[in-house]
Order: sequence, then structure tokens, then C-alpha cells
Amino acid sequence: MSAVVDFCGLRLEHPIVNGSGTFDAIAARRAFGDALLVDFPFSAFVSKTITLQPRAGNPPPRLWEAPAGMINSIGLPNRGLAGYLEHDLPQLARLPVPLITNVMGSTQDEVARLVEAVDARPEIAAIELNVSCPNVRTGLDIGADPQSLGSLVRAIRPLARKPLIVKLTPNTADVAAVAAAAEREGADAVSLVNTLRALALTPATGRPWLGGGTGGLSGPAIRHVALAQVAAVARRVSIPVVGMGGVTQPRHALELMAAGATLVAIGTENFRDPRAGKRIATGLKSLQIAKRPSTSMNTSEPRPEVDANCANS
Amino acid sequence: MRTLAPFGRRRVQVVRAEDVGAYRVLHAADLDGPLPAAGQFYMLAAAAGWGAGEDERPHLPRAFSFLRAAGGELSFMLEDVGPGTHRLAGLVAGDELWITGPLGAGFRPPDGGRRALLAGGGVGIPPLAAWARELGGRPQALLGFRDREHAAGAALMEEAQVAVATDDGSVGHRGLVTELLAAELARDAHAVVYACGPPRMLEAVRALCGERGVPAQLALEAAMACGFGACYGCVVALRDGGYARICVDGPVLDAGRLEAVPAH
Repeated sequence: MSAVVDFCGLRLEHPIVNGSGTFDAIAARRAFGDALLVDFPFSAFVSKTITLQPRAGNPPPRLWEAPAGMINSIGLPNRGLAGYLEHDLPQLARLPVPLITNVMGSTQDEVARLVEAVDARPEIAAIELNVSCPNVRTGLDIGADPQSLGSLVRAIRPLARKPLIVKLTPNTADVAAVAAAAEREGADAVSLVNTLRALALTPATGRPWLGGGTGGLSGPAIRHVALAQVAAVARRVSIPVVGMGGVTQPRHALELMAAGATLVAIGTENFRDPRAGKRIATGLKSLQIAKRPSTSMNTSEPRPEVDANCANS
Repeated sequence: MRTLAPFGRRRVQVVRAEDVGAYRVLHAADLDGPLPAAGQFYMLAAAAGWGAGEDERPHLPRAFSFLRAAGGELSFMLEDVGPGTHRLAGLVAGDELWITGPLGAGFRPPDGGRRALLAGGGVGIPPLAAWARELGGRPQALLGFRDREHAAGAALMEEAQVAVATDDGSVGHRGLVTELLAAELARDAHAVVYACGPPRMLEAVRALCGERGVPAQLALEAAMACGFGACYGCVVALRDGGYARICVDGPVLDAGRLEAVPAH
């Protein structure tokens, strides 16, 4: 396959990537061996979230199966920055696609240290910022508040030469306003949606099932919420959008792209089908060929209400 | 012991399904799949009607240790207790399954001249039955069940010498399998215990082996979304701190690494 998508200067073979934290390429290699590398499902690999210090993650139970989806409360387990750079990065650098490293800090200083360290590594192609942590002053998630997010991006933007992607949370009143703040302060792209805050109760007791209390809902159950938010964001910003949420079929990816996404990320479907990324990328290509209008006079298909804002979508 | 899985899920056909007491045994044709190691598992989902149960579940595939793998055929044992197992229990010859696997790490042979002693029960039979076959020499197996209907599952342990305990005394020893295990270890503690079963039984086995200083390998179970280390959902707390993922670090873990077997 030849390079067909330009994303923030990265030349990608197709528009399908993974959502952060939904595919562990190191563990997958233990399960599937080198076959994973030969048939790698994504055109770029997004790491799970890396924090400055190691995290064990939340106490179990961590999963709840929901109608057409699941609720997770994993709690960002990771080796910490030093462990990532020393142990994970050499293995991830052997993947046949560009590597995007996702980071999260609980203070601006932590984020700055993470971004500087990641930016210094040539094995990493781009940085994704997870902003789902609470602001210590307002209590709101930084990613839920345009002002908090804007000031964070303004502070760290000068520290990164690599493309900077801001991962947006759907748990906010106005996701487009947050996206606009990210763009204004210099983000190269935004990605959305993260999971929707959700609660599962233990049937016998009525108490929270998940060890972490609440969790995040993902899967087909949130697909149309994601579509609406991606459309709203793509209308507002002119930087590329990575769209995700409940994609299980090629046509779902095509819909997100019609709503304005340049790339589409696969999340929960990876759990059901480890090769979902490749299946969807292949099917998407067929759909795009089939749907390509033969002349500019072709107006028989209804246009989507929102315009795709990316030249390569 | 770990056999690598082909990358991706594959569609296979159910060739036979039968009831064995309270359990359902599914046989699927997996002609191109590799030979798994005892204790490894597969993620299973019905190709049709997955998601058509109560609450539009199941959505995620379900993890099952294989019972038998020979001649291009994989066998699984299950009990209809929830939306996933209910759908799988309804499959008949000709129906299709998505499978991914074999996954995880299985049992390791006994060292130091110790004998293998298998203990468990209920839906924990499959990895023990596969391990008895792989070990050969008809090892001793101690199996606990609720009642006579469930104890019929002991017939699936063809290649072991089986002693049964039931809660209601309808078959074999009346009481817990750990009582049989305690007696067996009192007779000869130079053993490695291989165990799989419901969480409370497994925890009792872990505690007993810990007290007696007998090494034990536990085949653990947990709800998991993926089976190959992606979701980080199926963790168990380790004695040294942190967590192990049951799907890639297990499902077979040394009992000594665990603080306790989690209740779910």
C-alpha cells in the first residue's frame, strides 16, 4: 500500500489508527509473535498514556459489559516516563509504523517534563496529550474547560517540535470550544472522543461495581455521540481531527471522515477483533473507491450536513 | 508453556455439541490452528446473535480454556450462567464461532521429582483435563462439584484418576475438594498442585498449599475484554505489589505470587 494520508506531516499508509490504551503492541507481540508486525493493523501506533511516575492502575474489578459496549476503569497503569523510555520505547520503535506517544500530567510542570522528554526521542513521531485529569483549582477536568486547556497548551507548545495532538474529553458542555482553544494555542491536531463517564452498579447491592467508582463508556453505544462531537469540532477548527468512538465497520469510519475526521481511531473493537484496524482500513478503501464521484456534476448523493475540512479526507 | 496464536480472530464451525450433566461441550473444527498448551485459552463469540441477549449483551468475546485439542478439533466446556455462555450453549452443529487463540501461558511441568496433583472443579475442569492428557501417566485429580448433575462433568477427565467431592454428598466425598486435597497432601506432600475452579475453591487451594509449603499453579479466570493484553481489565493483585494481567501473564500463575484469589 502506498502512502495515502498526510497527517501533520506524517505520511500514513491509511487513515486507521488505534485509540490510546486500546491496543498494547508489546503484549500483542507476546500473544501473536512476529505475525503482528507483518500484518500490523494501524497506520500509526498510539501508545497508552504515560505519566511521570509509574502507576499500578485502579483496583479491580475494572470492566463492566454494557449494552453494545463496555465501561472501563483501568486507571492508566504504566511504567512511568523513565520505564517507558527505557523498556517500552525500544520495543515500540520496532513497529513498522510511526509512533505517537500519549502523555498525561497532573500539573503543568509534569506535562512539560513529559513533553520535553518525549520530544527529544527520534523514535517518536508525534505527541498526544491526554487532558482528562482534574484541574487542581477548578476541579474540572482540564480538557473540559477551554481556559484551563488553553493555558496548558500555551505553556507546553514551545517545548515540542513534534506534532502535538490534544485528546479531547466528551464530558464537557462545549467540546468545540475546547477544541478551538487547543487550536488557538498551537495544537497541530485534536482527537476525540475519549470515553463517556459512566456508572455501573452491583446488582445485589446497588453499590458501584468498578473498583475506581465510575468508569468510561465505549463501544457502539457511543458511536453517534462521537459522530456529533467530531462534526461539531471539525466545523469549528481547521487543524486535522482524529475521530473515534464505537467504530466496528468500515462505513462507520467513512461516516466520521464525512463529519470531518482526517484519521479514524479504533478502540473497543480491537478487543473483539485484534485485526480490526486492518479489516476496517481495507474495507474503507473499497468504500472510498466505490463512492468516488465520477464527475464533479455528480450530485445524486445527499451531501453530509457538515463539510469535511481536510483536503485528504 | 505458550503456543503463539495466529494474528486475528478466525471463523470456525461447530461440528458437534452435547450436554454432559449440567455442562455443555462444544466441538469446533480448527483445522489451521496451532496445537495449544494445557492451560491456554481462547476468546469465543458466536458469529451470529452475539448481542441479542438480555441488555443487548454479550458484546465482548468470552474466555475459555480448551478441554481437548486434537485432529483439527477444539473442544470447550461451559455452563449456561450468563448472556455469553447462554448464547454459546445454544450453538449446534453447523453454527459458527469467532475464535482468537491459543492465548496466555499454560501449566509448567513439576520439577524436583514432585508428582503432579490436580485439584479443582466446576467449570475449572478443562485446563486440568488438558493437563492430565499432556502429562500422561494418569495423574491424581481431585474434583469438587455442587451436586450429582454437575459431578457428571468428572467424566471429562478421562486421563486422570479422579476422586470426587460434592456439596450435597450425592457423589463421592460429602464436603469440599480441599478436604480431599488436605488428606492427599498429608499422605504425600512432595507434589505440585495444579488447580482451576470457582474463585472460593481456588482461594481455599491457594491458602492450603501456602500453609503446607506445597507449590501450586493456579489457572485463574477473570472477566476480560480482549484476551491479549490490550484492555488491562483482567488484573489480579500480586503479593509484591502491582498487578498481573491474567490474559498475558497468566492465566496460570504461581500461587505464591498472589495475596489472594479475587472473588470475581
